[in-house]
Amino acid sequence: MTFLVDLLAATLRNATPLVYGTVGETYAERSGVLNLGIEGTMYAGAFFGFAAAWASGSLLVGLAAALAVGILAGALMGLLTVTLGANQHVSGLGLTIGLVGLSEFVNRLLFRGGELQRIEPFPLVEPPAFLGPLGPIFSQYALTYLAFLVLVPLAWWILRGTSFGLELRAVGENPEAADAAGISVARTRYLALVFGGALMGVGGAVFTLASLGSFTLDIIAGRGWVCIALVIFGRWRIGRGVIGALLFSAVYSLQLRLRILPGWGDVPFELLLALPYLVVILALAISGRNVAYPGAYLKPYRRT
Amino acid sequence: MAIDARAAGRSLWSMPALVIIAVALTLALTAGPILLAGANPLEAYGEYLVVPLTSRYTLLEVLVASTPLLFTGAAVGIAFRAGYWNIGAEGQLLLGAIAAAGIGQATGDLPSPVALTLMVAGGAAAGAAWAVVPALLRVRFRIDEVVTTLLLNPVALLLVNGLLQGPWRDPISGFPESPRIVTTAELPQLVERSRLHGGFVLALLIIIAAWYVLARTPAGLRLRAAGLSPHAARFAGIDVPRTLLRAALVSGAIAGIAGMSEVAGIQYRLTSGLSAGYGYTGIVVATLGALSMPGIALAALFLGDLTVGASSAGRALAIPSQLGAVVQGTLLLVTIGLLAVRRNRLSRAVEPAAGEVVVAVEQVPGAELPPAATAIDEAGELEVDGRPEANER
Repeated sequence: MTFLVDLLAATLRNATPLVYGTVGETYAERSGVLNLGIEGTMYAGAFFGFAAAWASGSLLVGLAAALAVGILAGALMGLLTVTLGANQHVSGLGLTIGLVGLSEFVNRLLFRGGELQRIEPFPLVEPPAFLGPLGPIFSQYALTYLAFLVLVPLAWWILRGTSFGLELRAVGENPEAADAAGISVARTRYLALVFGGALMGVGGAVFTLASLGSFTLDIIAGRGWVCIALVIFGRWRIGRGVIGALLFSAVYSLQLRLRILPGWGDVPFELLLALPYLVVILALAISGRNVAYPGAYLKPYRRT
Repeated sequence: MAIDARAAGRSLWSMPALVIIAVALTLALTAGPILLAGANPLEAYGEYLVVPLTSRYTLLEVLVASTPLLFTGAAVGIAFRAGYWNIGAEGQLLLGAIAAAGIGQATGDLPSPVALTLMVAGGAAAGAAWAVVPALLRVRFRIDEVVTTLLLNPVALLLVNGLLQGPWRDPISGFPESPRIVTTAELPQLVERSRLHGGFVLALLIIIAAWYVLARTPAGLRLRAAGLSPHAARFAGIDVPRTLLRAALVSGAIAGIAGMSEVAGIQYRLTSGLSAGYGYTGIVVATLGALSMPGIALAALFLGDLTVGASSAGRALAIPSQLGAVVQGTLLLVTIGLLAVRRNRLSRAVEPAAGEVVVAVEQVPGAELPPAATAIDEAGELEVDGRPEANER
């Protein structure tokens, strides 16, 4: 029982950055742009969020810095893929290479060879006493509550129920028709990329500002790529993407706990750590067959 | 046709000119980080670009640094030309390294040529094996290979670390490094008092072979046709899925040999820091080289120069060597942006006939990125993101 409660709590906690990233990527792809810059944007959000919090002593300043970095990264992706119509795969990978490099470069400048710098991270919210043994499930970061209770419903509602969401989906499915209906394709895609980038930046900052309280190299470790897979797994729906994030996180949290159980100590922990990635690939292989991509996926739009 | 002549006339100089503009723009953009590090940008450019070419030792080091990039650039180039987005060269390289380190520990008294042949074959097979699952998922079930190849990169690194922390941990030093390979399994040194090894020659041979196959053989023609226009290729009777599968396996095999070359030529053992992101840098190399093998060779040498320059600038001017990655990313973005600008201008120049736009642009050497990259067709017919049936549903 305590094992299950503990596992559930860890699943929600570890899914938090993935939820931000997956929702952000869903917005980008729904507008017709594959943003492979997500890995670098999360990395830069993690680093610059941490650096700003460390320099200012304020976690909120750190969070704002992560947001700003994400917005800039999204705008740069827009400049390349929307304004110039450059190849989306290569633009995104270039963005990732550049942002990871920039983060590690500034990391070296700021913390030249010194010992690991730490900040006091966001605290866990205390659960109300009446929940008794279930309390630990609700002992989460404010950023986790924000993700599941505010961001997910809001992002779902914007996409489904507002005129902006309708425009965004139209631009991603059939930009010619959207343009003919008077929707600015470029403006809509920029907004989707900037909003998505901001979420990716925050998602990265969850690692440094909440989970760890420090920045280490390779902190994202491919979780941006996991988000891309979750978007396909979720077939570009917010809700299904979040379910995917919970699935990945459950396997991730489970393998962390298996390590300390008797009998599992002989299995190299690296192999257990690889398990969640393999589960995602397996999930894609099962549910991602012949899925219908957004109509304008990977296609730059230019008026003729 | 006048249009073709104009496009062709411009193309002769446009790619080299584009690369020079891209490099100049990249240097201008990286002045910011250099100033941030408290160094003089002009001095830094000298360290990055010129200093590595001024002494015998650093010149040979440039060749050493470009060796893995020649392999991964060719691997990525071949896959991209086929319209198969293999972004897993990093993981395939690591698998090749694992295989080579395993074989190299076990060859015993076998003569050196036999041992090395076994290692090349093993490295290639391991790289191809790591590439086969994404490729099959792609051609059988149309599951995006970008995601699956990317996800296998961290898995490959975990596999390396698992081996180094577990069964292969050096029994003598206790460091997370594999035992040393036997001396007959080492690639021969090419030049006295340098680290230049036989892997460099092997890489050049592969580049030449890849150039020949792509440019002069039916298999190469099929591969390029599948990449430029899967629909048209299918109508011409080409088995596009089979072509993609082969391109993916060859790409993985070459990336695997890159890992073998680093193990047998530089490290002599498996280490977790074996690849400094060579698989990802291969994408920079292939794009900068416009997916043509001569271009890729030049781009690999140029990035090798930058790599050596980054470490010498680190020592001379106290600029963290991580700036090298910033330069690489910026260079990639600037190049891809300029390619798009040039394509937009070309297609605007021949605006009226949409059909001919395709013809004109496809004839520009070096503009032969796969259709997702060149995305020029207004009708949306030929311009498929390498996914033959994706838009028919």
